[in-house]
Amino acid sequence: MTASTHSNSGAASKKDGGFLSSLRGFFGSQEGILLIVIIVLMVAVGTSNPRFLSQTNLKDVFAANAYIAVAALGVSMVIISGNIDISSGALVGVLITLSGNLAVGLADAGWPLMLVNIIAWVAPLIGGMVIGAVNGFFVAYLRIPAIVVTLGMFSILKGGLILVAGGNTIYNLPEGYTIAQQDWLGIPSTIYFMVILTIVVFLWLRYSATGRSIYAVGGNAEAARLSGINTRRVIMITFILNGLMVGICSLMLATQFNQIQATAPPGLEMFVITAAVVGGVSILGGTGTVLGSTLAAILVKTIGSAMVFINVSPYWLKAVQGTLILVTVLVDVLRRRRQSRQ
Amino acid sequence: MTAILELENISKQFPGVKALNDVRFESRAGEVHALLGENGAGKSTLIKVISGVHKPDTGTMKIEGMPVHFDNPRQAQLQGIATIYQELSLYPELTVAENIFMGHGMRRRMGPFSVLDWKAMNEKSLELLTSLNIHDLDPHRKVGALTVGNRQRVEIAKALSLNARVLIMDEPTAALTEADVVRLFEIVRLLKQRGVSIIYISHRLQEVFDLADRVTVLRDGHYVDTKPVSETSEDDLIRMMVGRTINDLFPKLPSEVTHEVLEVRDLCCKPLTKNVTMTVRAGEIVGLAGLVGSGRSELAQVVFGITPAESGQVLIEGKPVQIKSPAQAMELGVAYVPEDRGTQGLVRQMKIRENVSMAVLSTLMKGIFVDNNAENDLADKTIKQLSIRAYSREQVVNKLSGGNQQKVVVGKWLASKPKLLIMDEPTRGVDVGAKAEIHRLISELAQQGLGILMISSELPEILGMSDRILVMREGEIMAEYSRAEATQENIAAAMMSDAVRNMNNQRKLSESSKV
Repeated sequence: MTASTHSNSGAASKKDGGFLSSLRGFFGSQEGILLIVIIVLMVAVGTSNPRFLSQTNLKDVFAANAYIAVAALGVSMVIISGNIDISSGALVGVLITLSGNLAVGLADAGWPLMLVNIIAWVAPLIGGMVIGAVNGFFVAYLRIPAIVVTLGMFSILKGGLILVAGGNTIYNLPEGYTIAQQDWLGIPSTIYFMVILTIVVFLWLRYSATGRSIYAVGGNAEAARLSGINTRRVIMITFILNGLMVGICSLMLATQFNQIQATAPPGLEMFVITAAVVGGVSILGGTGTVLGSTLAAILVKTIGSAMVFINVSPYWLKAVQGTLILVTVLVDVLRRRRQSRQ
Repeated sequence: MTAILELENISKQFPGVKALNDVRFESRAGEVHALLGENGAGKSTLIKVISGVHKPDTGTMKIEGMPVHFDNPRQAQLQGIATIYQELSLYPELTVAENIFMGHGMRRRMGPFSVLDWKAMNEKSLELLTSLNIHDLDPHRKVGALTVGNRQRVEIAKALSLNARVLIMDEPTAALTEADVVRLFEIVRLLKQRGVSIIYISHRLQEVFDLADRVTVLRDGHYVDTKPVSETSEDDLIRMMVGRTINDLFPKLPSEVTHEVLEVRDLCCKPLTKNVTMTVRAGEIVGLAGLVGSGRSELAQVVFGITPAESGQVLIEGKPVQIKSPAQAMELGVAYVPEDRGTQGLVRQMKIRENVSMAVLSTLMKGIFVDNNAENDLADKTIKQLSIRAYSREQVVNKLSGGNQQKVVVGKWLASKPKLLIMDEPTRGVDVGAKAEIHRLISELAQQGLGILMISSELPEILGMSDRILVMREGEIMAEYSRAEATQENIAAAMMSDAVRNMNNQRKLSESSKV
């Protein structure tokens, strides 16, 4: 079904040319389709306007939007577990403000720059995990639906942020703070974040016991519980890890420019959920991979950029994004219906 | 008396099951007609055909001599057929009057509009309830706040508001207190006097003798007989219901019964586990019989820690233990193959491999990752041992047949190397071939020294597989039989009626050696 089935289904069907059949399997999957669509789209738009494939534009498409893919890793885990998180946009706003203010404040207080930067980088990760733990506690232990909990958290964080930061811009960030601007070996650092985290989360979900439990809980919580899986703990862990991903996303966003806008990036949570759903993570829980969500995040951004290059109003982007969601969910629902009828 | 409802040659086929096979049925005005049969005999399908939920494949249905065809329940209602299902179908947030008139509200004109006439409906509701001798029910009250008995009265009033000529009642006393049962009987007699034909389904044979005029028995989807109640007896009815022969669907292998794996003493967990005391020994298959709702699954869930016991003792291999969660039960060597594999047993979108390893994943680790080789070996071994028919261990379980899905669930639990295996309806919804295979597997597991507690609604399965049989009713163990002394009749009697049990006890006392 996914890239990982290479080894597995390859072993199972050695006779009929394992590599070829698993290759076919990959290109029949959501992830494979996304990859093909991205490539076709790039070639098509690149042919009509070669500047689309210029290094600056590609850097913009991949590097400047990598933070969305990272946040989508977290929300994908949450959706796979059968829950949802709509608070991530507001949380990102709070965490970038926290990080920026810490950096400026501690640097002004004369702390050593290296230490200041490390604190300012780590703080959003911890903050994200704390808020994730609160969300997870309400969902797992108090059994309040995740959509209600995270809707509440969204309002609290957004309201609190306006009260505390008032939408100010944070200037005078200390030197060395903006790691998202750096290139390592000629490749933007955010690409490393995106690629490495995607691989790590993908492998963890697929091959660790807890990762497997997330799929089991999302697929059938009752059966998972009867199999001795501590479903509450699994949901709690999922939300904390989601918080960590949102924290890393905030770190990438905060350190991208020389100043930080102390507001929640508008519509980020919807962008992130779109990436997960278009990437093949079933909104009903239990299936999907983060490979898909990362590819979908890239696809959505590629479409956005392509529209500019072929002179389509960027306002169409929202409509395209919405259409993508509806089509993907429709396909998912139809697929499930066909399966359950058999 | 004239027949209101006549059914001839009714057959209904579902995928894999012939639910009704050439069944006939007839009910008359002013009679209470009891419909009897074991679970799965076809009673529910028959009443669903009558009430327009299912369309029969063959056969004719007549009302007062006129042939009718129902495409949906609404058409049946318009012909005067009302059904009160076991799970009452009322809206808890609406009032009594709103429920009674749901779907056929009374209207009045207000200028150019036709609007609902609540005043008239409240008055009419009161009138209907009064006509049933119900004087303590306010039409303005919300149904959610009523007792089960009162809700049922609302259902009856609703049926009357539709001018029902035929009223079908599916196990109406299953959830009632004794006082409510008495009132229900009064109402039923009142309706009978008014010429309503009542089709009454119950597992309690005593009620049939108290209330019914005639009785029709179904077995395995076939019509057995219709008799006036005055010309039959409980023994006669039980024989009609269960009389079938057991073939080699039940391969029972010799097995050495040794030490006690499970012992429970005075186990309680309200409302459906009451002072249960029993044992299961290694190498032994203990059959747990009882009607649906008699507390069999609940007992299994207490032992497995899903609903931990409130009081009483559990001993595993002689050691007293406290089981508070499924995880803990697993550690102690208890495994539970649940009743409903779809909602409790499997994660359908996962692969065979992933389902089979689910309960033992923590033992298959290599560092922080699952050991692929160990997991694959386990899956392959399970597929081979249980002869699961699948093209590979990577097949998604949703695509397997019911019997093979059930084997995956059993495989998942065998992987945890249990000492005690509790199986709740192990062959429900699987075809006959797979059934025999699962029975063979159960036998083999017992032979290998597992203690097995098998819950089943199918008496032949209980009789064919068990070394010892426990019968539950209303949360208590009512009887225990050895394989030699168990018969369909004495188990069915213990499952169903106090009267029969008391009779048997008296017979035992007076004749001192019968049954």
